[in-house]
Amino acid sequence: MPTLNLPSVLTPLANGQHTIDATGQTVGEALDDVVRRFPSLSPRLRDQHGAPYPFVTIYLNDEDIRFIGGFEAPVQPNDELSVVPAVAGG
Amino acid sequence: MATSTLPERGTGDLAPDEYIRYSRHLMLPEIGVNGQRALRRARVLLVGAGGLGSPAALYLAAAGVGTLGLVDFDTVDVSNLQRQVLHGTRDVGRSKLDSARDRLADINPGVHVEGFPVRLTASNAREIAEGFDLIVDGTDNFGTRYLVNDLCVLLGVPNVYGSIFRFDGQASVFATADGPCYRCVYREPPPAGLVPACAEGGVLGVLPGLVGTIQATEAIKLITGAGTPLIGRLLLVDALHWRQRTVRLRRDPECPACGTREIHDLSDAEQLCAAPVVDEIDAVFGAVPEIEPTTLSSRMASGETFEIVDVREAYELAIARIDGARHIPLASLELRIDELSPDREIVVHCKAGGRSAQAVRRLRAAGFKRVWNLAGGIQRWSKDVDPSVPTY
Repeated sequence: MPTLNLPSVLTPLANGQHTIDATGQTVGEALDDVVRRFPSLSPRLRDQHGAPYPFVTIYLNDEDIRFIGGFEAPVQPNDELSVVPAVAGG
Repeated sequence: MATSTLPERGTGDLAPDEYIRYSRHLMLPEIGVNGQRALRRARVLLVGAGGLGSPAALYLAAAGVGTLGLVDFDTVDVSNLQRQVLHGTRDVGRSKLDSARDRLADINPGVHVEGFPVRLTASNAREIAEGFDLIVDGTDNFGTRYLVNDLCVLLGVPNVYGSIFRFDGQASVFATADGPCYRCVYREPPPAGLVPACAEGGVLGVLPGLVGTIQATEAIKLITGAGTPLIGRLLLVDALHWRQRTVRLRRDPECPACGTREIHDLSDAEQLCAAPVVDEIDAVFGAVPEIEPTTLSSRMASGETFEIVDVREAYELAIARIDGARHIPLASLELRIDELSPDREIVVHCKAGGRSAQAVRRLRAAGFKRVWNLAGGIQRWSKDVDPSVPTY
């Protein structure tokens, strides 16, 4: 089962979990599965039209999904998805 | 032998006592005398002398970088000292540049410090950065980060990037000849208000120490040509659970900065911080209505009742709270909106007014008409109404 890694800023929206198991054949399906269980996460991962934000990057293992098919990219059971939002603190 | 791609400047010859000072570098084959001379010749510009800039400046000075430029317009505040280790308690109230000069001169009097006591803007950035070999991004806001990135792309100098939030850190090297730039990864900044400001979000004091020293490491590697810099890789650090990994970054041919080169000129940070999403919401629902703390206090004293809603995190309540406020963290607002009655007058507050403004927008979008943002948050309440409430 693929897993979704969240940064600490988003874990309160997922009952404190920083790694969530997800089901789905594609990145988009895996995200759909996660936001069904944690609806508050939805607007932090994709915009209201379901499109990716330019300030939140999602990696499939260590590849930016934009370069490997976006939300349509296929996922395998042992894959790791990671949500990496832009942060600006210094 | 390692070779740097940065420009050479002078011989960088070392004085006799410097062979002792830098002996631990000279013993490393990856640095050696040539690398130490390259450090001596190097000119590094640090934008920001705060959390990230502190460790970066300390280590780069100790390492023997010949010229350190520092850009910072701020003064040392006591709340900086939890993480900005370049400054001390006796420096509170001084300019960060004066404080930094003294500390860096003590660490290494051989380093020349050039201070720029201004905010980096589109109009002064080129002039300030001219002649520096690389820029270390230690800024604390998206606008200046995009400005630094675009500046580096336009000038063709590496952007040694680091950024932090709460327990999470990122580091990379952007804008090299063949590598991606920051806009290849994050095309645009988030709308203001979608992510909390550092002052509201908090940060583990050690975290800028971790990330700032990574930036110093990368700067030294670029200068000396040692090792493999973080070009085309983003280092992610989660200090809370100690997860660390790198992900691959690619140069985006459609990047407006380094790909299509649509960005010819620098834009002001304020413009980049403009928030189209928030603007749209404001256009539909009007600007966020505010109530001054003194007005709220006097109206309550005259017998009016309000539902005061505190949208901060639970740990912030332990620091300071307004008596009688209902606690609904911003992230839970939609789920707990039924606890609020549209018939009551509602005043929403957070620490400084940013998160509560988002809450007011959401409540107004949900049909609440009589809802106000407490101007300046609990900080202003403490200052103007009840000084017994601690500020943080």
